[in-house]
Amino acid sequence: MIMMTEEPKRCNPLLLEMHQINKSFPGVHAIKNVSMKLHHGEVLGLVGENGAGKSTLIKVLGGAHLPDSGRILIEGQPIDILSPTAAQQVGVSIIYQEFNLIPDLTVRENIFLGREKTRMGFVRATEEQRATLDLFDKIGISIDPDARCGELTVAQQQTVEIAKALSVNARIIVMDEPTATLTTQEVDRLFAIIRDLKSQGLGIIYISHRLEEVFKVADCVMVLRDGEHVGTEDIDNLNREKLIEMMVGRPIDSEFPKRLASPGQERLRVEELCHGQAVSNVSFSVRAGEILGFAGLVGAGRTETMRLVFGADRPDSGRIFINGDEAEIHSPSNAIRRGICLLTEDRKGQGLVLIHSCLENYGLPNLDRLIGRVFLNRRKERKEFCNFAESLRIKTSGPEQLIMNLSGGNQQKVVIAKWLARNTDIMIFDEPTRGIDVGTKYEIYLLMNRLANEGKAVIMISSELPEILGLSDRIIVMHEGRVKGEITNVANATQEDILSMAIA
Amino acid sequence: MQKLFSDYGMVLVLIVLCLLFSALTFKEQTPLGSNAIIEILEQINSKFDKSDIILAVGVAKKDSAPFAEKVGEKLKEAGYSKTRVVVGTPRDLKLALDDIKAEGSRPAAIATSGDVVKWRVIELMPQSHPEFMGCELLSPESYMWPDFLKRSNLLAIVDRIVVIAIIAIGMTMVIITAGIDLSVGSLIALAAVISTLIMKKLGGLQASGWVVLIGFFGGMLCCGIIGAVGGVIVSRFKVAPFITTLSVMMIARGLAFMITGGYSIYQVPKALPWLGQGRLLGMPNTVILLIVLYVAAHIFMAHTRTGRYIYAVGGNQEAARLSGVPVKSVIVFVYVISSLAAGLGGCIQTSQLNTGAPNIGVMYELYVIAAVVVGGTSLSGGSGRILGTLIGAFIISVIQNGMNLLAIESYKQQVVLGAVILGAVLLDKARRAGRLPAFLLKKKETMN
Repeated sequence: MIMMTEEPKRCNPLLLEMHQINKSFPGVHAIKNVSMKLHHGEVLGLVGENGAGKSTLIKVLGGAHLPDSGRILIEGQPIDILSPTAAQQVGVSIIYQEFNLIPDLTVRENIFLGREKTRMGFVRATEEQRATLDLFDKIGISIDPDARCGELTVAQQQTVEIAKALSVNARIIVMDEPTATLTTQEVDRLFAIIRDLKSQGLGIIYISHRLEEVFKVADCVMVLRDGEHVGTEDIDNLNREKLIEMMVGRPIDSEFPKRLASPGQERLRVEELCHGQAVSNVSFSVRAGEILGFAGLVGAGRTETMRLVFGADRPDSGRIFINGDEAEIHSPSNAIRRGICLLTEDRKGQGLVLIHSCLENYGLPNLDRLIGRVFLNRRKERKEFCNFAESLRIKTSGPEQLIMNLSGGNQQKVVIAKWLARNTDIMIFDEPTRGIDVGTKYEIYLLMNRLANEGKAVIMISSELPEILGLSDRIIVMHEGRVKGEITNVANATQEDILSMAIA
Repeated sequence: MQKLFSDYGMVLVLIVLCLLFSALTFKEQTPLGSNAIIEILEQINSKFDKSDIILAVGVAKKDSAPFAEKVGEKLKEAGYSKTRVVVGTPRDLKLALDDIKAEGSRPAAIATSGDVVKWRVIELMPQSHPEFMGCELLSPESYMWPDFLKRSNLLAIVDRIVVIAIIAIGMTMVIITAGIDLSVGSLIALAAVISTLIMKKLGGLQASGWVVLIGFFGGMLCCGIIGAVGGVIVSRFKVAPFITTLSVMMIARGLAFMITGGYSIYQVPKALPWLGQGRLLGMPNTVILLIVLYVAAHIFMAHTRTGRYIYAVGGNQEAARLSGVPVKSVIVFVYVISSLAAGLGGCIQTSQLNTGAPNIGVMYELYVIAAVVVGGTSLSGGSGRILGTLIGAFIISVIQNGMNLLAIESYKQQVVLGAVILGAVLLDKARRAGRLPAFLLKKKETMN
C-alpha cells in the first residue's frame, strides 16, 4: 500500500502489481523490465504494435509463461503464478481471441466444465442452471443456458466466456482483442458489461488495436513498444495522435495515405450473383487502377460474395466477367489462373499453413512458377521471398521460421507477399488490417495504393469505416446479402452515410 | 550433421539401440570363410606329409559343416589322399576315431572351426585314445565381434523390414495429409493372391520371367485402383479416412480369401523368388529396391510441387485450397501411392515365400503406422520426413532382431516392442518441446 502515496489521484486500492517483469525466448528479449499496476474498478487499456510484448506480458500473468525475473503481487501479496490453473485460483481470467468454449456442449456445461456441481457423481443440472442464470443476471444478459455454444453468435460466446470467468470468482479479467469480430451494437453491449464489472470492483485489462474503443472504455492506457514499457497515462491526458506516437515511436502525419485515382478499363464485372441466403443478386464491377471498398456489418454477405468470385464456393446463379469475357470459375486454382487472388479475413484458418515455414507458405500458390523441368527451384524461391521480406519489411529470423511464431502483422505480410508474387490483376483484400498494429496498417495502405497505381483492380472489404472512407475510390454497401447502395463521391461521404445504408 | 539430428532425431535412438545390441551380443567368433580355409590349408601344408591322416570335422547343419567339407575337398585336391571328412555329432567323431584305431593307424591332425573345438570328445582324447598322442587340433584364429554386427545379420535386419518399410513410404504421405490407411495389410494379401493367380493362369510352373512381371503388375494395378476408389471416397464424399480404409481393409481381405477359396497358390513360375530372394552384386534385390524407392520418395517429397502440396494439404487443407492447391487430386494421389506400395509389398512377400497366400500381411498396417510415427511424422498431419520413416522402420526391425539374438521369447518381445515404440515417440515429443539436455538441442539456434 506504499504505492498509494506515489499515485495520489487513484482512490481505489491497488489490485494487481507486476513488477520489473523480464521474459526472453531464444533470440528475443520479449519483455524488458515491464511493470504494471491495476486498481480495483479500473479498466487498463494495453496497447502497442504487434510484437510489442502485450501477449507475452498477458501470458506471464495467466501462467502460460514463467517470467525470467520480476514479481507479481495481487492485493499486496506476492504470488507465483506457475500454471494457468494457478492463475485461475488467484482470480486471474483471460479471455483470448479464440474462445475456449467447446461448441458441442451447452452454455451451462461449458461454464461448469471441469467444476461440475455433482452429487455422487451425477451432475446436478438444476443447480447449475440456477447458478448460470444468476451469473447472467449479474451482467445483464439473456442467453438460453441450454443452447449449444456452437450455435451462438460470436458476441454471445464472448459473454459466455465472461460469465465463466465470473463463475470462478475472477478479480482480474483480461480481454484480448474482444471486439475484433463484433458488430457495432454488440460492441456497445460489451462495453456496458465492462462498465458493470468495473462497478463491482473488478480490474480489467483491455487489449485492442482499435484506439477509438480504448478511448471509450479505458480509464488509463499502458503502451508497450519493442518489449519496453513506454508509459502509462490517464486517458484524459491523451489524444489519438499522442497515443499513436507513443506506440509507433514517431509522429504519423496521416492515417491514410492519399492517392489520385485514374481508373482504366473494366477488370471484373459480377452480375446477379446468388448463393442461398447469404448472397442474393449481387452485381458490381471494378476497374483497373481502382480501389473498390465493400462496407457493411459482419454477416452482410461481403466475404461470401468474394468467395463466390474466387471459386471457393459455387454460386447458385450469376455471371462473372473478367476483362470483358465471361469466365466460368469453379475452383480457387481456376480463379488464380484467371488472375484473381483473395486474401482471406481468417488469416490463420484459411490464409496460412501455420505449422509450416514462411518460405513454404510463400511458395504455395507460386509453385507452378518455381518449378523447373521436374524439381522445385528452391534457391529461386528463397531469393524471391528474401526480396519480399526486405521490401515489405517482414520481420523473421529467417525464411525457415515457422509462420505461427510470427506476429499477426508479419503473418499478414507473408500472405501479401505470396499473392504479390502471383502478380494477379484483380486482388481482393478481406479485412486486410484486422488485428494489425498502426504502423503496419499504414504500410499495407501504401501497398494497396501502389497496386492500384500499377493498374490492378483492388477490392477491399473492411469493417472499419475510417479505413473504407480513407482508402476507397468507390464504396459498395451491403446488407443481408444484397447490395444496399453505392457511394461514388467518397471524399464527401461520412461514416453516418455508410451506417445508415448498412443497418436499415 | 546437426541438421540431420534436428530433422531426424530418431537417428539417436537407432544408434543407441545398435550400440546396445552390439554390446550384448559381443562374443568370440570363429572364422569360416575362404580366408579361414586358406589359413588351415597353409598350416597343414607346412606341418604334415601327404601320407598323414587328416580329419576335417564339422557340425551337421551348422556353418562349420560346409567349412569341413570344403577343407576336406581342398586337401584331397592337394594330394592328402587319407583325408577324412566328418560332419555330424560328437558321436560321429568318436566312431571315426575308433575306426582309425581299429585300422591301427593314427590321425596326424584334426582340422575344424567353431564349436567343435570345445567338444568333450576332443578334450578327453588323451585318456580315451592315448595312442593318438601328438595329434594336433587345427582351427583358424578366433576373434571378438558382436553377433549383431555380422554382415549376414545386418542383411537379415534389412530383409525382414523391407516390406514394412516400402509400404511405410506411402503411409507417410497419407499421414502427412492428416489421413490414415488401414487397408495396406489386406492389400498385401490381395496383391499376393491376384499376382500369383495371374501367373498360374499364364502357365504356372513352366511360365517365364515375363509372366512374373505381368503378375506383379496386375496385382499392383488392382491395389492402385482400390486406392483410387478409397481416395475419392475420402476427398469427394468426405468420409473419414479411418472408416474408409477400415472398410477397404475388410473388403480386400475378404476378396483375397474368396479368390483362392481360402487356399494358397503354389503353381508359380520358377523365376518368382528372384525379386525377394535374389541378389545383385552381392546385395539382396530387396535391399537395392528399398534404397532406390526411399531416395526417390525423399526427392519427390522435398523437391517437387506435388510433394509440397501433400504437406500443405495436411497442414491446413482450406488454406491450401484457397492457395490454388488441387486438394482432392492430392488426396486421391496419396491413397493410390499408399495402395501401390502395399501392392508392391505383397509382391515382395509373395516372392520371398514363393507362394500366393491370402493370410499374409495381417497386422502389418499397425507395424507400418508404428514405423511412420516412430519416424517422427505427426498423426495430425502437415509434418514428417520420408527418411525419418526409414529410421522408424529400422528401429522396429533392430529391436526385433536384437531380441531374437538374445533369445528372448516372442511374447516378451511384443511387450518390449510396444514399450519401445511408446518410449521413442515420447522421447521425440520431449525433444521437440525442448526438454532434452542442451547438447541435443544446440543445433536449433545455429540453424536459424
